[in-house]
Amino acid sequence: MSTFTKTAETHPLTWRIERLNGELLTLPSYESLGGFAGLRKIFANGLSPRDVQTQVKTSGLRGRGGAGFPTGVKWSFVPMGDNAPKQKYLICNADEMEPGTFKDRMLMEFMPHLLLEGMIISSYALQASVAYIFLRGEFVTAAERLEQAIAEAKAAGYLGANILNSGFDIDIFLHTGAGRYICGEETALINCLEGRRANPRTKPPYPQVSGLWGKPSVVNNVETLANIPGIMLHGTDWYKALHTNNSKDAGTKLYGISGRTKRTGLWELPIGVTGREILEEHAGGMQTGLNLTCWLPGGASTDFLLPEHLDLPMDYDTITKAGSRMGTGLMMVIDNQHSIVSVVRNLMQFSARESCGWCTPCRDGLPWLTKILTDLEQGKGKPGDMELLEQATKFISAGKTFCAHGPGATAPLQSALKFFRAEFERGIANVST
Amino acid sequence: MTQTSNLNSYTFHPEDREAIEHCIHHYAFPRAASIDALKIVQKRHGWVPDESIPAIADTLGISSADVEGVATFYNLIFRKPVGRHVIKICDSIGCFLTGYDELAVIIKQQLGIEYGQTTTDGRFTLLPICCLGNCDKGPTMMIDNDTYGPVATSEVATILERYT
Repeated sequence: MSTFTKTAETHPLTWRIERLNGELLTLPSYESLGGFAGLRKIFANGLSPRDVQTQVKTSGLRGRGGAGFPTGVKWSFVPMGDNAPKQKYLICNADEMEPGTFKDRMLMEFMPHLLLEGMIISSYALQASVAYIFLRGEFVTAAERLEQAIAEAKAAGYLGANILNSGFDIDIFLHTGAGRYICGEETALINCLEGRRANPRTKPPYPQVSGLWGKPSVVNNVETLANIPGIMLHGTDWYKALHTNNSKDAGTKLYGISGRTKRTGLWELPIGVTGREILEEHAGGMQTGLNLTCWLPGGASTDFLLPEHLDLPMDYDTITKAGSRMGTGLMMVIDNQHSIVSVVRNLMQFSARESCGWCTPCRDGLPWLTKILTDLEQGKGKPGDMELLEQATKFISAGKTFCAHGPGATAPLQSALKFFRAEFERGIANVST
Repeated sequence: MTQTSNLNSYTFHPEDREAIEHCIHHYAFPRAASIDALKIVQKRHGWVPDESIPAIADTLGISSADVEGVATFYNLIFRKPVGRHVIKICDSIGCFLTGYDELAVIIKQQLGIEYGQTTTDGRFTLLPICCLGNCDKGPTMMIDNDTYGPVATSEVATILERYT
């Protein structure tokens, strides 16, 4: 009897890791475990690029980088056909730096060929002949394994000219970055890839029309791309049915938890499981003696939620309706031994340092907020600080900054003010409670 | 000024020149290799010396100001000399919750330096860094290319001893 708990049908992203039992995934082992079967099926069945796009759109796959934008819709803005520009690009966003997020790192270190297969299929769908993996510089192990995987795939004819005798050419290059969180913003990423300062670009034009070197380009997250081979191999009905019954989203999701829980980690689960299941069943609950104050559903740029929100399905629409965003889906739990003011100060300090400096509300506003929060943390706040904080959450919000960094930075603050206002007021000098 | 003559005097190590030219071929325009070139030079010297900037600019066909603009934007490009080993302590929320501040205090005490400083023997430079994507094992730090986590304050001395 098989002792395996995961199968290709239940855990499309991670089932092979269990089979390999700690051994590294090489091309032969990936092929022996159904690897590149999704790509081969496309060519065997004579699917056109449009067919692949349609299948991805129908699957309901949404971007796993944090925004949750439907992948097939994102692709649909790319010009196709004879009149489309000859050169197009696919870019894999592997600049994983969202605080609390460690899913893409795992996928790249343990499943590099799965990412490559997803990228090759996606490049075919978009008719992009060059693709880049934009990897953050600190992921040294992932860089080594991806380089090796690219070399193996190239030698075996999955990369290069006329792959698998399909007539399609595709090259994949690994680009490693040199730091800065803002590189995760897709237009800043494109500037960085062009060898410029990673300031975001004006949209429109969107990258799908004018991206890398002015050519149509799609930027997709690692986990998003890793979902594509399974969708092509097992079909859209299978993919749509992978969710929990209370969720409208499709597929599985890499969920994880960090903070002071009994266990921390990463689990591939049907999209739409509850935060409570992740916290209590998978992470074993909070560490002994600690209580949950609040939690971030998916990164430093998502709004706090309360313990009462733990029973909501963790999917894009539900978490948005609750006043936050699912973001990367890796929860961060805040316990009662931490002052919420200190937690927000830490988050703001991060965002202030990582602002690219391009637009004023973000460049000047975030350090100012950090200073006010530091004063409140030390009990040195001044009358008027609460009003300033509240005003700033409105001034540094969507539509008032050049990109989403500023609004992301104020998301935890504005939600913390909503739920824990008294804790902030307590930091104003001479105010006693 | 002697600096002026230095600025014209940089010669790439043959391996570095080859590596930079290899990278240029990955892109539609040579400029895209600016970050790669800076990293290649930095690997050679530990940092990016002033005189290498015009040399990189020349190779890529862009201005020195453009190369400098890139060099000063990215936090993993060092425009000042650093120690033989660079310690990067994650100070983002996951490691905040698991106690990076205590870890930072111990390291600062043992090395006698603050963030941004280098030990007098040139052995270590200490820097804070944004989330290292190792949040399930906080507090986390990197020394050169090695990632450590969760780091107990009691093991700091033993870890540091590995780097001479």
